[in-house]
Amino acid sequence: MEKTEILIIGGGPAGLEAAIHAAGLGAEVTLIERDPFLGGQLTKQTHMFFGSYEQFAGVRGVDIAEKLKKEIEENPKIKVLLNAAVAGIYPDGVVTVSQKNKFLKFKPNRIIVATGAYEKMLPFPNNDLPGICGAGGVQTLMNLYGVLPGQEIVMVGAGNIGLIVSYQLLQAGAKIKAILEASPNIGGYLVHAAKIRRMGVPILTSHSVKEAYGKDFVEGVVVHQLDEKWAPVPGTEERMSCDVLCLAVGLSPLSEILWQAGCEMKWIPELGGHVAVRDEDLLTTVSGLYIAGDVAGVEEASAAMVEGKLAGMAAAESLGYSVEGLLEKKDSARSELAELRAGHSGDKIRGGIDRVERLTRGKVTC
Amino acid sequence: MLANSGYAEIEELSRVIPSKERLAKGAVAIAECLQSIPCNPCNSACKRGAFLAFKDINDLPTVDVERCNGCGLCVSACPGLAIFVVDESFNETEALIKLPYEFLPLPIEGKDVPALDRKGEIVGTARVVKVQNTKTMDRTPVIWIAVPKAMSMIVRNIRP
Ligand SMILES: Cc1cc2nc3c(=O)[nH]c(=O)nc-3n(C[C@H](O)[C@H](O)[C@H](O)COP(=O)(O)OP(=O)(O)OC[C@H]3O[C@@H](n4cnc5c(N)ncnc54)[C@H](O)[C@@H]3O)c2cc1C
Ligand code: SF4
Ligand code: SF4
Repeated sequence: MEKTEILIIGGGPAGLEAAIHAAGLGAEVTLIERDPFLGGQLTKQTHMFFGSYEQFAGVRGVDIAEKLKKEIEENPKIKVLLNAAVAGIYPDGVVTVSQKNKFLKFKPNRIIVATGAYEKMLPFPNNDLPGICGAGGVQTLMNLYGVLPGQEIVMVGAGNIGLIVSYQLLQAGAKIKAILEASPNIGGYLVHAAKIRRMGVPILTSHSVKEAYGKDFVEGVVVHQLDEKWAPVPGTEERMSCDVLCLAVGLSPLSEILWQAGCEMKWIPELGGHVAVRDEDLLTTVSGLYIAGDVAGVEEASAAMVEGKLAGMAAAESLGYSVEGLLEKKDSARSELAELRAGHSGDKIRGGIDRVERLTRGKVTC
Repeated sequence: MLANSGYAEIEELSRVIPSKERLAKGAVAIAECLQSIPCNPCNSACKRGAFLAFKDINDLPTVDVERCNGCGLCVSACPGLAIFVVDESFNETEALIKLPYEFLPLPIEGKDVPALDRKGEIVGTARVVKVQNTKTMDRTPVIWIAVPKAMSMIVRNIRP
């Protein structure tokens, strides 16, 4: 049985910031990441990020990951396990990890779950044809492994992910036939939409996929128009050929571990699906178990980093660690979050958080 | 309309397009950023303080056209690639546009290239005046193009 004070599951922006800030207070941290590298989603984000200076706005995602990784490597209080997947959290507080051929058991004092999110699928006939894939998957192939999955692409979803992955596909030399968006308006940032549109890519709002066709792999899609109630308009079907159909229809929190640990979960569509009930320190209803990042509600890397910071400080604090001005630091993290969620684009997130945050301090007993 | 097609109509841009008089005086930045989003690097990039202070990170950017000298520093700093510099005093017949361009191959200085509007449709020809790609631009090169004066508010992209 391995001992550690704080075990962090997931080495994306939330987990990295949590590790840095928990260790910053003096706690011994073990960071577990199932991939062979740290950084999570950041490792494939070649575009410049939004947000403000504190959250590295204007810096490319990959470069943010490098900065955080360097801080982690230089911190002797943080131990990193790569190629290591957390398999479960048991009622006695034991966390099991499988790393290559090894099976490890940890007994941490605190746990921070920062496992991120997974891509949603869209139901339509023939959606199992090869060549139909998630936009995040396409981005991984392209930006991590240098593989362009196709030449003529139809993208479904004009949220930020659909827009950004389309842009990066254009940069890689592919042709985007169209971006389809079921809603009457573009969901992602309009500055992203504008930079793709001026490359000549049509963004078809109130349009969706009726079905895909193809013999051994996808050869095209039948596209149709939707009315204000999102019902298909008969007679608007049109065939569009493609060799990749890319789905960017949203993310859902990767929360199996939280279910298994017994956290009280709530269905909050604005946050992407089932999320754990938490307090203002991101402590769940299971004592000693914190959450941060997309698993706590699908947002952005900027918010994930701030949540990681907050959860990391709170977990270390609950073990008796402190630094000067800790209260102010936590408060300033909370106001950074409030600011990120303040605008029109944050309306949904705020509404979701209000329904899942319990503003009473949870008791820490483990 | 920008919100459902991805391109802004000229009427939607009236808030950000400087006056005729200011345009005639020389280079000035135009931030075609019309939606409130949590973002402010334009404001920190400008060394002349020409972006009005943000009260809230979700504020829309506003260029103080009297302070802005069109240097173009903000063009490569904007993650939305939404800032352009337009100089209508470039010469008798042409306006200069500085635009962000993140595609390879980069255009070649002195060559003519197709000029594209906000929809990505070819609307004429632009002459590549300069290709700026310094380390501080961090892989967002800025291309200077010359277009007929009447096209200064229409051309927003090129195809090399
Ligand atoms: C195409 C795209 C563009 C984006 N653009 C922006 C942007 O411009 N600005 C912005 O702020 N945000 C952006 N985001 C969002 C941002 O990437 C995410 O919000 C952010 O990465 C979430 O951080 P996280 O740490 O919660 O999760 P992730 O980055 O997903 O990291 C989770 C990590 O946990 C690991 N993990 C999961 N389960 C286990 C397990 N059981 N055991 C061990 N490890 C595990 C995963 O391997 C992963 O490394 C974008 C996202 C995408 C997909
Ligand atoms: S062009 Fe130069 S002076 Fe004008 S706003 Fe941009 S950075 Fe400031
Ligand atoms: S940096 Fe660009 S996208 Fe961000 S607020 Fe300024 S103009 Fe808009």
